Amino acid sequence: MDGLPAGTSAAAGCAETPVLRERGQREVFCGLTGIVWLHRKIQDAFFLVVGSRTCAHLLQSAAGVMIFAEPRFATAIIDERDLAGMADANDELDRVVTRLIERRPDIRMLFLVGSCPSEVIKLDLSRAAQRLSKRFSPSVRVLNYSGSGIETTFTQGEDACLAALVPEMPAEPGSARSLLVVGALAEVVEDQFLRLFAALGVGPVRFLPSRRATDLPPVGEGTRYLLAQPFLAETARLLEQRGAKRLAAPFPLGAEGTTAWLRAAASEWHIDPAKFDAAVAPAEARARAAVAARSERLAGKSVFFFPDSQLEVPLARFLARECGMTLTEVGTPYLHRQHLAEELAMLPGGITLSEGQHVDRQLDRCRAVRPDITVCGLGLANPLEAEGLTTKWAIELVFTPIQGYEQAGDLAELFARPLARRARLMV
Amino acid sequence: MELAVWTYEGPPHVGAMRVATAMEGVHYVLHAPQGDTYADLLFTMIERRAKRPPVTYTTFQARDLGGDTAELFMEAARDAFERFRPQAMLVGASCTAELIQDDPGGLARTLGLPVPVVPLELPSYQKKENWGAAETFYRLVRACVGARVPRPEGSAPRANILGPAALGFRHRDDVVEVERLLALLGIEVNVVAPMGATPADLARLGEADFNVVLYPEVAGVAASFLQRQLGMPATKIVPIGVGATRDFIAEVAALAGVDAARVEDASRLPWYSRSVDSTYLTGKRVFVFGDATHAIAAARVAAEELGFAVVGLGTYSREFAREVREAAKAHGIEALITDDYLKVEDAITALRPELVLGTQMERHIAKRLGVPCAVISAPVHVQDFPARYSPQMGFEGANVLFDTWVHPLMMGLEEHLLGMFREDFEFADGAAPSHLGHAPKAAAAPEPVAVGPAAWATEAENELRKIPFFVRGKARRNTEKFAAERGLGTITIETLYDAKAHFSR
Repeated sequence: MDGLPAGTSAAAGCAETPVLRERGQREVFCGLTGIVWLHRKIQDAFFLVVGSRTCAHLLQSAAGVMIFAEPRFATAIIDERDLAGMADANDELDRVVTRLIERRPDIRMLFLVGSCPSEVIKLDLSRAAQRLSKRFSPSVRVLNYSGSGIETTFTQGEDACLAALVPEMPAEPGSARSLLVVGALAEVVEDQFLRLFAALGVGPVRFLPSRRATDLPPVGEGTRYLLAQPFLAETARLLEQRGAKRLAAPFPLGAEGTTAWLRAAASEWHIDPAKFDAAVAPAEARARAAVAARSERLAGKSVFFFPDSQLEVPLARFLARECGMTLTEVGTPYLHRQHLAEELAMLPGGITLSEGQHVDRQLDRCRAVRPDITVCGLGLANPLEAEGLTTKWAIELVFTPIQGYEQAGDLAELFARPLARRARLMV
Repeated sequence: MELAVWTYEGPPHVGAMRVATAMEGVHYVLHAPQGDTYADLLFTMIERRAKRPPVTYTTFQARDLGGDTAELFMEAARDAFERFRPQAMLVGASCTAELIQDDPGGLARTLGLPVPVVPLELPSYQKKENWGAAETFYRLVRACVGARVPRPEGSAPRANILGPAALGFRHRDDVVEVERLLALLGIEVNVVAPMGATPADLARLGEADFNVVLYPEVAGVAASFLQRQLGMPATKIVPIGVGATRDFIAEVAALAGVDAARVEDASRLPWYSRSVDSTYLTGKRVFVFGDATHAIAAARVAAEELGFAVVGLGTYSREFAREVREAAKAHGIEALITDDYLKVEDAITALRPELVLGTQMERHIAKRLGVPCAVISAPVHVQDFPARYSPQMGFEGANVLFDTWVHPLMMGLEEHLLGMFREDFEFADGAAPSHLGHAPKAAAAPEPVAVGPAAWATEAENELRKIPFFVRGKARRNTEKFAAERGLGTITIETLYDAKAHFSR
């Protein structure tokens, strides 16, 4: 393997495979869940969900043990007085936001996050955000986006949040060239990429989201951007509107994916191929060795993906090509054909690619296949384990540093561990 | 609108799920948007259930809102019945579905399913989880219950155990403990519900002589209905703590017409609490918060069985506010009835207790303030669904309470040494109890801001620091109050000791 996509013509790989589209019960998170990692990523931002008690309950359940730390999120719970029109929802929201900002004077950016109830009653949060922004200017900027389940699935909440940030980004002068890496990454991964791009001579490199909301990167005609995550359709669209151009690449998962992802930027910057190889070779070799150490346990094993985060296709590509696993069904909540074109071309043929979900039918298919590993959400994992199937709970793949060379071994380990555990347990 | 950092209860449909999931042969079709399936992992992860909850969600999306969401619901209900073949079906709406008003009850009726279909009206914007559980259980009992069957001559008395549900705090082990007490009294258990019961079991509720209500939050409404409808008496006492267990045994024995003396006290709590090692527990200031049942019970155990001073008592269960207010009066305090986490935080900050007995949420507050804490009530996280046997009720439950509540406190000798020698380099002021293995806190918890105009003289401030960490906040507050009442401008060492003599605890 030379690290490049194995041909991007439509005939190769999985690009032509028909997609099984299903409708029915979807066992997925809504976009509000994105707050759980975004509030840690953007250190001076606060996320105020405008929703029901269900939304508040979801957040505290999904945030798990992290709720022991003082979180930078809360819910403005709509009650019957707001619905009956006895209380002006806008006045109420202003009161809640004022109380919140008094309690957390360190906040610099406040996101009003829409939910299913606020969308259904058509509470205009964008106007509320403008009004509140004016009122708390310049110390606090107020933005809004929707994380409702009716509009967003799990990681799409991050897309909606980043899309809300794009209009806030300062303009980059037309001639200036820069690389923008889009998608929340672990800090350690960002730093590794910065070092690699510096060694390649690609730059300046900036990240969206930035660690501080008050420190947004500029964007303009000279901006080229790499998606670090596959679920950023709307953010990409808005960046294009501001003149930025996407560098087509697979996602930086595994040695192969990371090399191809870096190469997309290197080509755009006309970096000498020999220089590129010299710069990435040591890290790529480390990654391949680290993955090989885990592949022993993974090679030849079958894997089944339930839809969750849109990371399923790149993960399946990594597991098939670098770990030697057999793919059965790869389910994704939403398939963005253009952003995933390079990935789909690299997938082996003969798999079931499914978009959307009818969870009971999908469970029937999973039970029929009896895969060696099932990648699924926490609502399904324990019940499937109890049926004797080995599972890897999918949410961890969003909360763990998995991108880049140095994490390739950890990524394989996440899938090897459930198998190792099953082999170890004698009870 | 209400600002919620944390909520004590979920929405009412989660209460309905707790009843459906506890039972067998019941399926719940919930009209809800995509994402509301998060509730499944409360059961599969926190309670570690090995099966998916018996809930089918319609998971509608924005594009469905333009179309026929009612048809979507009908299809989901039809499919769920075909696939799961339940004995009875619950149908209802979550908060968002409530807004689009598809009337799940009416729609389900038109399907003509061959089993009872119980429509649930759960107002999500007014009511909460426990109310939802109580209402659901009541509706199911009402739909399924048969006639009262008198006990045959010469047979043993029989009782139903009502209240234990899925995701209940220690419900699993409480039931075992209470069944054991009833067996010792010679009382047979007719039906335990909702936990483990089928709709067919609910039909047999009338075959018992009376109902044992373990959790009024869940079973109170159904028990009153059974009392009205079938004339079945119900217990009023919840057997948490040694005293309450004795009272419960007497109450049950009277209802069953058996001799209460058949049960011997089997708890170690009374002796443990009398042993001299426990003397230092006397008058420790404790703040109690939780659901009404557990909060009232904990306050009694704290005061009567461990010798603590209950300085705060509150609940988030508004349905039981009256009972909690009465209990608080018995402790000479005012009850805190609120579901606002920030108000509970304010109360604990102001009272500066030495121990907090509360929920998962009070653990956050106690952690922030550096106060020891034990969990006595839902909401709880995964660690409070333990593998080991750990009831709260009955005599074994009292043993568990003793261990759990004393554990977070600093042990007696450590406490004395801290009072005598304050500058040890390893065991410094504000150190966590050493058996808990925490590093000493880097910074002491913030002290409350002075309320009165009185300023602290430097030497008085230094003297204050010599007071042991866990009672210093209280000493500061009392001294400032003392100074304010007397109009003193400066607090000196004299003022500090005058106040100490004045309030001497």
